Amino acid sequence: MTITTYELSHLDQLEAESVHIFREVAAEFERPCLLFSGGKDSIVMLHLAQKAFWPARLPFPLMHVDTGHNFPEVLEYRDRRIEETGARLVVASVQQAIDDGRVAEETGPRASRNRLQTTTLLDAIEEHRFDALFGGARRDEEKARAKERVYSFRDDFGQWDPKNQRPELWNLYNGRLNQGEHIRVFPISNWTELDIWQYIQRENIEIPSVYFAHQRPVFSRDNMWLSESPYVTRSDQEEVATRMVRYRTVGDMSCTGAVESEAQTIEEIIEEVSATRITERGATRADDRVSEAAMEDRKKEGYF
Amino acid sequence: MEFLRFATAGSVDDGKSTLIGRLLYDTKSIFQDQMEAIEATSKQMGNEQVNLALLTDGLRAEREQGITIDVAYRYFATPKRKFIIADTPGHTQYTRNMITGASTADLALVLIDARHGVVEQSRRHAFLASLLRIPHLVVCINKMDLVDYDEKAFETVKEEFRNFAMKLDVTDLTFIPMSALHGDNVVDRSENMPWYQGSPLLHHLEQVHISSDRNHVDARFPVQYVIRPQTNEHHDYRGYAGTVAGGVFKPGDEVVVLPSGFTSTVASIDTFNGPVDEAFGPMSVTLRLTDNIDISRGDMICRPNNQPHAGQDLQAMVCWMSDTKPLTPRMKLAIKHTTRTARVMVTDLQYQLDVNTLHRQMAPGSLGLNEIGRVTLRSTQPLFFDEYRRNRNTGSFVLIDEASNDTVAAGMIVGSGV
Repeated sequence: MTITTYELSHLDQLEAESVHIFREVAAEFERPCLLFSGGKDSIVMLHLAQKAFWPARLPFPLMHVDTGHNFPEVLEYRDRRIEETGARLVVASVQQAIDDGRVAEETGPRASRNRLQTTTLLDAIEEHRFDALFGGARRDEEKARAKERVYSFRDDFGQWDPKNQRPELWNLYNGRLNQGEHIRVFPISNWTELDIWQYIQRENIEIPSVYFAHQRPVFSRDNMWLSESPYVTRSDQEEVATRMVRYRTVGDMSCTGAVESEAQTIEEIIEEVSATRITERGATRADDRVSEAAMEDRKKEGYF
Repeated sequence: MEFLRFATAGSVDDGKSTLIGRLLYDTKSIFQDQMEAIEATSKQMGNEQVNLALLTDGLRAEREQGITIDVAYRYFATPKRKFIIADTPGHTQYTRNMITGASTADLALVLIDARHGVVEQSRRHAFLASLLRIPHLVVCINKMDLVDYDEKAFETVKEEFRNFAMKLDVTDLTFIPMSALHGDNVVDRSENMPWYQGSPLLHHLEQVHISSDRNHVDARFPVQYVIRPQTNEHHDYRGYAGTVAGGVFKPGDEVVVLPSGFTSTVASIDTFNGPVDEAFGPMSVTLRLTDNIDISRGDMICRPNNQPHAGQDLQAMVCWMSDTKPLTPRMKLAIKHTTRTARVMVTDLQYQLDVNTLHRQMAPGSLGLNEIGRVTLRSTQPLFFDEYRRNRNTGSFVLIDEASNDTVAAGMIVGSGV
């Protein structure tokens, strides 16, 4: 006699929850959109979205908020995935917003386009009248994100009000909106960095090459290795040397740091992630270091 | 590896944050940069010791006031299980946030200070856990170090809690004496309490049996989304996507679709990775049927000989969560139940339940923020539901205020009829 236990592995449970959320949004919203940066989290999101609607195509477009400071490997990957999936891509360009005078470029060695993304994103939401934006934020990433709902309500200025979030019970999501408001939806809220890598391995998902260890000219700033690039101004003390590094997160080149690594396969990355004692944002994101509540403050303004 | 979702409730004084901090710290789930950040903040705030509450109290307002306002989710794993902690506030005014975290929990931790015994807050937490039918309740009798690790002190609190819990619907109740501060019976067995024969907390969390908590008897499939690719390759494909809300579905099963009452047979259970032999909760799958019948979102697929209640009148316990207006009889609201959305009218408010004493106040006239009561609702369309005690998926609903769009109530169905 066989005894069926009806147990699902943790990856299967996470996947089922995410697929449920994708379908719920597609069923209840007029104009959803999936934020896609070419980073590992948005890659997993795209994979989950494909699963949710198979054998149909995605019932919504993808949007890349492009700071103009991209890793060429990631852009190339993005375009290839768009081609393969037949999805529609909307590019919201920070450069365009600067050229149009909507935002002003920061100057100095610490200049970053991180904050400028918010305006560009909100403008694009308004232009395309998106009412739901899927984002790849995870609660394990950061303490403000640990507090966020799966359906995160945003008012007509795109603001998040952390003290007044809608209660969210069971798997019953309230997506009711008035004109001009929208929600950010986080289908992978409950995934951890390690879950993402284990899932990429299990599903055999291709990822951009910058995630694997490679030789790169880098310089040290704030205990991070920043890539030498036309987008960063170096001081005289910041010397460039070629090192074996990989990226744990992929974002704007000017504020995303690399970590020293020898990991050249997914297995080796999983081993490295399992053993690490530093969070991925702590290790690689200059933008989170501005203050204790840097993420909360940016989210209130309408950041992802 | 399996998941266990558990909720903790309490305030800083109960040692809740210390306990979570210890679980995370001892399972090596706190990262160095997080630790350095809270050490620096603790120092800045003038705390003598590292304030572990800062790990989960992530919002500016929470740090300023030193209280938990909203639920925070934390993640850790051992070689046996992965865990999601919903760390929820303990104060009455944040009950709605506590319920948010508790609604999906497999297990609840209630913390009691061994010196003070069962207080109002512990009763409220235990009651809410039983109202939400969290299947497993673990009572952590904490600060045993302050009562000299005395077995009698433990037994007294245990007895006191048991007397209260008899009035509740709790199926699995466990008591653990501990000192979160010193690590007694959190991860490792305490050498200070040789009289305690049970497991330390972490071992209990790793071992508690949860896979049979889900309903695998009553087959329920609320249709969430209809997949019609309309491509050359899949020209006639018509699949009903959704999450299994109860029971097990297999190809060849005879099924009935509500509300139409049409019967058909499961032709196949599709996923992106290919068809599967069976689907059970909480799998998200796509069902195809052998007959071409009219099915849309909000319909319920089940077995002809095991159907949910279908009707417009239902009895429920609700927790009211609006701070702007009370629940009153004759009020009209939107309801979201499984994948179905309708409107309801509150036809009767029978009683309000005092969450501290379990006393029923009959015909209260209205329910205010965080108050719990028994109501009768009438909906504009038939709903397909089970009692919440039988199925958390088909027995739960939320009510939404149509003017503000706020989620204003959590509901648990008690039965049908008026």
